Amino acid sequence: MSAPTAPTEDRAPDALGQGTKKSRGHQSRPPAPPLSAIARRRSLTGWAFIVPAAAIIVLVNFWPMIQALFLSLKTGRGTRLHWAEPLWLNYQRLFQDENFRLTLGTTFLYLIIQVPIMLGIAMVLANLLNAPWLRFKGFWRTAIFLPCAVGLVSYSLVFRQIFATDGLANDLLMQFGILDDPVNWLGQTGTARMVIILGLLWRWTGYNMIFFLAALQNIDRSTLEAARVDGAGGFKTFWYVTMPQLKPIILLCAILSTNGTLQMFDESFNLTAGGPGNTTMSVSHYLYNVSFRNSPNFGYAAAISYAILIIVAILAAIQMKVGDKRD
Amino acid sequence: MTKTTLRRIPAYAFLTVAVIFSVFPLYFMAVSATNTSNDVIASKLLPGGHLVDNFKALVDAQPLGSAAYHSSLNAVVTTVLALVLCSLAGYAFEIYHSRAKDVVMGILLLAIMIPFAATMIPLFRLFAQVGLVNSTTAVVLPLIATPFLILLFRQASRTFPHEIIEAARLDGLGEVSIFTRIYLPTMKPTLAAAGVITFLFSWNNFLWPKVILVDNKYQTLPMLLSNMRAGYVTDYGSLMLAVLIVSVPTMVVFLLLQRSFAEGVTGAIK
Repeated sequence: MSAPTAPTEDRAPDALGQGTKKSRGHQSRPPAPPLSAIARRRSLTGWAFIVPAAAIIVLVNFWPMIQALFLSLKTGRGTRLHWAEPLWLNYQRLFQDENFRLTLGTTFLYLIIQVPIMLGIAMVLANLLNAPWLRFKGFWRTAIFLPCAVGLVSYSLVFRQIFATDGLANDLLMQFGILDDPVNWLGQTGTARMVIILGLLWRWTGYNMIFFLAALQNIDRSTLEAARVDGAGGFKTFWYVTMPQLKPIILLCAILSTNGTLQMFDESFNLTAGGPGNTTMSVSHYLYNVSFRNSPNFGYAAAISYAILIIVAILAAIQMKVGDKRD
Repeated sequence: MTKTTLRRIPAYAFLTVAVIFSVFPLYFMAVSATNTSNDVIASKLLPGGHLVDNFKALVDAQPLGSAAYHSSLNAVVTTVLALVLCSLAGYAFEIYHSRAKDVVMGILLLAIMIPFAATMIPLFRLFAQVGLVNSTTAVVLPLIATPFLILLFRQASRTFPHEIIEAARLDGLGEVSIFTRIYLPTMKPTLAAAGVITFLFSWNNFLWPKVILVDNKYQTLPMLLSNMRAGYVTDYGSLMLAVLIVSVPTMVVFLLLQRSFAEGVTGAIK
């Protein structure tokens, strides 16, 4: 670099952080006093860059979350709300609400069945795509990831069409002689839930696969070589060498999937419309109905939303604990 | 055939099944968009000649243009603002690193754990109080600053050499110019990844627009699809065409930028 154009420029450590350690070639410059005007200004510049995003995050996440807590202690219809008597009235009601229990149970069913299957398949696919001998990698990856480019409402309508009584699924299954009579897939609790799980698997497996694949590609090749030299087979290498290194990303995907499933709305609303008899309805769909259908009850809805918040937090905490232990 | 080739057959078979499972519903959607309603019910799996008829029927029955306009507007505004705000913040958290900023970042990251369900009702009331129901501002605001994107940019900034910033400062470049003229041009993969994620999310977002856009005049494409479903539309050909039209832009964006997307995700995971 040529002669500095700003001779008063200093490089106070607190303003530049770790960068100062790496800088080289300016040893001739005299050490500047700490926290000079320029350093302070630079720190302020940093804050100025952060504040717009941080303020919006507080406004649209933290502030409403606190508001929801107050709201959940109030009762009344529409906009005329007053403090509940007793304060925890809405939460009391929650425990007696059969629809809440039903929708929460259904959501957990989706979660318990779908997330492990999805993460398992995604892991197998990611490992196959990472194999050095595999050909047409780009093709496989693109095709399997493609469902993620489709909107939730869009795919819900396609699945609804495919699994209609006079739809494609029945026609194909009858053609192959697997079924004798058409099945009313979306009209029965068990099969309708299965269709939703199938839809979730279709939409999200490729998404998780991409994260696993990225993590696999970051694994230090020398650790795999070392395992091979020590005589470990393919599976042993995967289980004892690869898996431990993938733990953080598996944990992240598990938490994101849990979070996403507990908030699932679009599929419940559009694929099955909650039916038959609310048995495929997700808890978020129920929350929407309590909030904005018929006579809205914002106080009670806020209590439901807080229940979801607490469940999400508890499950994330459990997953982090489990993720930490398996060493 | 050698022994190793034989052993690889199950792998290829598994991938083939996965690809058929992934692509078949999309193929059915695309083919049905060109068929009559009766052909869709008869599960015809070959393209037909009714694409134009379906399109005419769709445009006659539904405000497709208006919904496409609102969806595009929302997605573009969201993506541009999100890239500006989150790249600025992610850059600052890394480059102007300090203990106080680490604490702030830690707090912001907690927001990832807050389910949207828990904030939806107060958000609706907030926007209702200030008269922003049905506004683009209200649709866009909850999506433009996310801890996830900030994290993405912060991680990517880790590999950005601080010496370059030093040198630029010595050359008299201001802090903002360093960000716009030196940092941003090197962050193209991250910008692409963040852009794809945000655009897809905004374009496909359903629940929040449905809540805040009370007037059907402002409905977005996913809302239009959902209303068609709720209205028991029996013209399945044009229904599948509508689904196809909504899905094409996101698939194009994804296919064009998927390389950058993968790079961005890899960079963030490192």
